[in-house]
Amino acid sequence: MIKLLNVSKVYKRTGSALEDLTFEVPKGQFVFLTGHSGSGKSTTLRLVHMAERPTTGEVRVVGFSSQRTPPREVWKIRRRVGFVFQDFRLLPGRTALENVAFALEVTGAPRGEVRAMAQRLLSKVGLSAKAASPVHQLSGGEQQRVTIARALASEPLVLLADEPTGNLDDRATRGVLDLFWQINALGMAVIMATHDLELIRSYPAARVLELDQGRLVFDSHQPAGGR
Amino acid sequence: MGRTVREAALGFRRAPLLTGLSALMVGLALFVLGLFSLVTHNIRSAVADLEERVEVVAYLRETAQPAEIESAIQTLGALPGVEEVRFFSKAQALERARQELPEIAEVSADLAVNPFPASLEIRFLPGSPTAESVGAVAAAASGFPFVEDVRYGREWVERLFLLRRIGAITTLILGGAFAIVATLIIGTAIRIAVFARRDEIFIMRLVGARDSLIRRPLLLEGAVTGLMGGTLAALLTWGAYQAVYHLLFKLEWIPPGWMWGGLLLGVLFGAMASNLAVRRHLKEV
Repeated sequence: MIKLLNVSKVYKRTGSALEDLTFEVPKGQFVFLTGHSGSGKSTTLRLVHMAERPTTGEVRVVGFSSQRTPPREVWKIRRRVGFVFQDFRLLPGRTALENVAFALEVTGAPRGEVRAMAQRLLSKVGLSAKAASPVHQLSGGEQQRVTIARALASEPLVLLADEPTGNLDDRATRGVLDLFWQINALGMAVIMATHDLELIRSYPAARVLELDQGRLVFDSHQPAGGR
Repeated sequence: MGRTVREAALGFRRAPLLTGLSALMVGLALFVLGLFSLVTHNIRSAVADLEERVEVVAYLRETAQPAEIESAIQTLGALPGVEEVRFFSKAQALERARQELPEIAEVSADLAVNPFPASLEIRFLPGSPTAESVGAVAAAASGFPFVEDVRYGREWVERLFLLRRIGAITTLILGGAFAIVATLIIGTAIRIAVFARRDEIFIMRLVGARDSLIRRPLLLEGAVTGLMGGTLAALLTWGAYQAVYHLLFKLEWIPPGWMWGGLLLGVLFGAMASNLAVRRHLKEV
């Protein structure tokens, strides 16, 4: 499903962000990607989403390789890999339904079915009652649910989440995490970047990958070797 | 296509002030181009009128034989840019002088001898004469032994053609500069429009919309903004033309081809500037 092979990423201004990173995520796995700020979590997710290319090494995602996929083809990957941000990135001034409908419309959903599909997605994340609410009137947890519904619009195989609970209180955090688990239970792989160790401990079934200064220093599925 | 038009229209509706200002900016830039076209066209028209009057006259000696004259007419008529070579006999020259100058008409009856020489008048094809070609024809005419004198107002012709050359270069430089300014203005306006939609564009890329889907509505917006600006510029130029025509002096309106060309240019600049702005933005996000 996802494979990183000896991946390194070096930025001109800030230097090395990832160094010789290798791991694989099979279909339907739940992974916590953890580490301090600047350890390379976000960079790893951006590489998996092909928002960036590795300096060396190869990223393989749902059958596409970073070495062979031209920029004009990246949209194909994006439809199979959903992304959720810490700061939601919703369209202000639009309702929850319109935000989800927008994602459906621009990814080619039949125009006549867009509203019904958006409504179904909002129901899936437990937000059908708030469909008509402008997003700025929703709580943080509710806004994050809208972004998850939006990420599910193209029925992806993988869901990436970059610190999705960073702006949420404990209750909302639990709600969002439970939602991720429900989505994962349907067979979707989830990779969630977080530095919240408490949160990670409360979901012991998940795989944990820890990064430090761009290197993989811990993999819970390979505890003896560290990686 | 339906979505492209819908999204472009939505873009206009969401930011009518921005669209209006962009079209106004483009319109003003193209208005300057329109005024410049008006001036250029009228200068060219005036110069063309003068050019039509450029001719070389070769005055013939008394001894010139008809066969020699016929041969010279053939030779000079074959030179590049020459439209026709007409022979005027001594009698025709006198007759013309009588018609054009009343004083001559009065004294000519008393003349024992016709003082006017026979001549060859050489006319040029419209738009083809240059100082060099006119000079070359005059030199060729001087080469015939039976030609006594050749006149074509050399200094006047050279100045006229210099004026035309200056006009052409000025048109090229200033016209090009204004065209660049118009493109830059449209580009900036579209960049503002793209910036206003940066959130939408970001989400579209995030969820896997094709680049063409992102680009098309903005291209259409750019083209329509260019068209609106072009139309505004045409109206302003027409207003300026009417004002000058009625208040100052009579002048010609620019050829319709130029005007349609200007509108098309507005549309093309709009689409091109938009394309550049969107491409640049897509590279950045």
